[in-house]
Amino acid sequence: MDIWSFITNPFVSISQLINNVITSILTSLGVPADITRIVVFLIMAIITITILLLLAPGMMMYMTWLERKLVARMQDRLGPNRVGPFGLLQPIADMIKFLTKEDIVPEGVDGPVHLLAPIVVVIPVILSFAVIQFGVGLGAVDLNLALLYLVALGSVATIGVFMAGFGSHNKFALIGGMRAAAQIISYEIPQVLALSIPVLLAGSISLTGIVQAQSGLFGLGWFIFYIPVGPIAFLVYLIAATAEVNRVPFDLPEAESELVAGYHTEYSGMKFGLFYLAEFLNTFLISAIAATVFFGGWQGPFVAQVPVLGIVYFFGKTILLITVQLWFRGTLPRIRVDQLMNFGWKRLVPISLALVLFTAATLWAYRFVMLALKSLGG
Amino acid sequence: MNIPSVVAQLVFFLVALLTLISGFLTVTFRNVFHAGLALVGTFFGVAALYLMLEAEFLAVVQVLIYIGAIAVLILFAIMLTRGLMQSETSNINKQWAWAALAIAVLFLGMFLIILQVPWVHSGGAIYRDIVPFLGTQLLTTYLLPFEVVSVLLLAALVGAFIIARE
Amino acid sequence: MTLYIPITYYLIIAAALFCIGLFGALARKNAIAVLMGIELMLNAVNINLVAFWRYGSPNPISNQAGIVFALFVITLAAAEAAVGLALVIAVYRSRDTVNVEEIDLLKW
Repeated sequence: MDIWSFITNPFVSISQLINNVITSILTSLGVPADITRIVVFLIMAIITITILLLLAPGMMMYMTWLERKLVARMQDRLGPNRVGPFGLLQPIADMIKFLTKEDIVPEGVDGPVHLLAPIVVVIPVILSFAVIQFGVGLGAVDLNLALLYLVALGSVATIGVFMAGFGSHNKFALIGGMRAAAQIISYEIPQVLALSIPVLLAGSISLTGIVQAQSGLFGLGWFIFYIPVGPIAFLVYLIAATAEVNRVPFDLPEAESELVAGYHTEYSGMKFGLFYLAEFLNTFLISAIAATVFFGGWQGPFVAQVPVLGIVYFFGKTILLITVQLWFRGTLPRIRVDQLMNFGWKRLVPISLALVLFTAATLWAYRFVMLALKSLGG
Repeated sequence: MNIPSVVAQLVFFLVALLTLISGFLTVTFRNVFHAGLALVGTFFGVAALYLMLEAEFLAVVQVLIYIGAIAVLILFAIMLTRGLMQSETSNINKQWAWAALAIAVLFLGMFLIILQVPWVHSGGAIYRDIVPFLGTQLLTTYLLPFEVVSVLLLAALVGAFIIARE
Repeated sequence: MTLYIPITYYLIIAAALFCIGLFGALARKNAIAVLMGIELMLNAVNINLVAFWRYGSPNPISNQAGIVFALFVITLAAAEAAVGLALVIAVYRSRDTVNVEEIDLLKW
């Protein structure tokens, strides 16, 4: 492989290099062909999983830093600036604090349920990272049902939240858990309907298919520019997904001033650390999904010639959307639970249904007209 | 005895064990909330079985609907009807012996019948993405059941709402 | 790709799950536990349908009757769980119990 492809597409080149090296080592040792294939596949899978599992908490730690600095500046103060230059080592100090805090378990809790709840909340989020395409050909798995897989994993978190609320033997936790579960299932419908707009426009549920369908207009044919359905679908998705992950302004179930921290009242130490991890990873995940399906993911100018620009574009768009979410955190007040239910069912669901109907009708009319013109011309 | 066959059978054995053990725990736990959580485990096991049968769309829909909606509904109902049903009393009623006998006989009968039927493996290969074909068929060949099911869901929604309100 | 697992394995697992669900529906006291047994039975039926779709049709892509049937069964299970649980909650409100042995006013 030549230098040019190594420079413009370093990660894919490195993985092909490792692949070839291991295959040649095993073949020269005399291992039969299908065992070689299996071993190479396993080694590449382990390397990919290790990279993902190191990347996710690392990103989460620096997102907490960004949040504290940004929200502090919005509130006319400085944020963490003592631990390291600009407070950059603050997340590491926080992580040490979480790991060394005492794990207090109250007396009447339901043992296994209380213990497993943070795990059931965190695992779907980490599993969702497997299908995100970080660059050209740089996703761990290219599932042809990727978007539906992400939606399904988002709905599994409801069980974890319910377990946390129910197993804590605490009235506030129970009410917080019920409210959180009701909120999550209410906003799943607008989220799925808003996500079906890019699926309709692209004709595919796989994330690579959706990204590749946005490659028109010199790399800038993103779905958000398809007025009028693009921006409205993006707004509906952003609102519904923010409600799904319990971020401000929808963070009533975990608000510190309302229900004494809601469903994670009785959790301390690393178990609370897992809930915290899940919340920030979820924020990253919904920004990544919005960037992929509405803003073109790794699409952009000159990506076909220099594929490593795809990573730059993807992370740029995702960090922009994360900053928008942190901006919500610093400026918006909290929504009351009945206002939340009202808004979800009476406003977002009809809007998203009307949007799907409109998109489908417009697409059908467009294709009908194109077909008619082609048959008239041919 | 090639490697893919061994691996496939091993994975099938583990998934089937998970499903059956979770199912057994669902019907034997005293605390009905724990039984609900074991039911969630069974649903995951069934989704894994669909993946082994190469019906990936159905596996994802199983997780989305059974675990994301039906299991949450069951857990909500368990939580709303607690009270006198504490977990100290046993949760098996008076006729469990007859029930156990009946299901043992039923399972034995089905097992023997299944082993004796000469099944013909005429399953073709799946060489492309089945989801576009599924969507097309749902709206052309199976259009009538699709519309009837949507009316039925509306009826169930309105009915559940009316029955459960104060 | 050849199918390494014979169909009888799937059918036996489905039969076992069905019998476990039937035991739950017949021998439990809590009405919601009975409904959980019914859900297990519906899942077992779905496994059967999908196994027959995969192993029984020579062209599984163009003849998707098995998957469509299983999809409708899942939808109906959701509708039936919703109505059943609404009934259980209504009974709990008026009788203050969900024990099926105590809800017997219509018995002779």
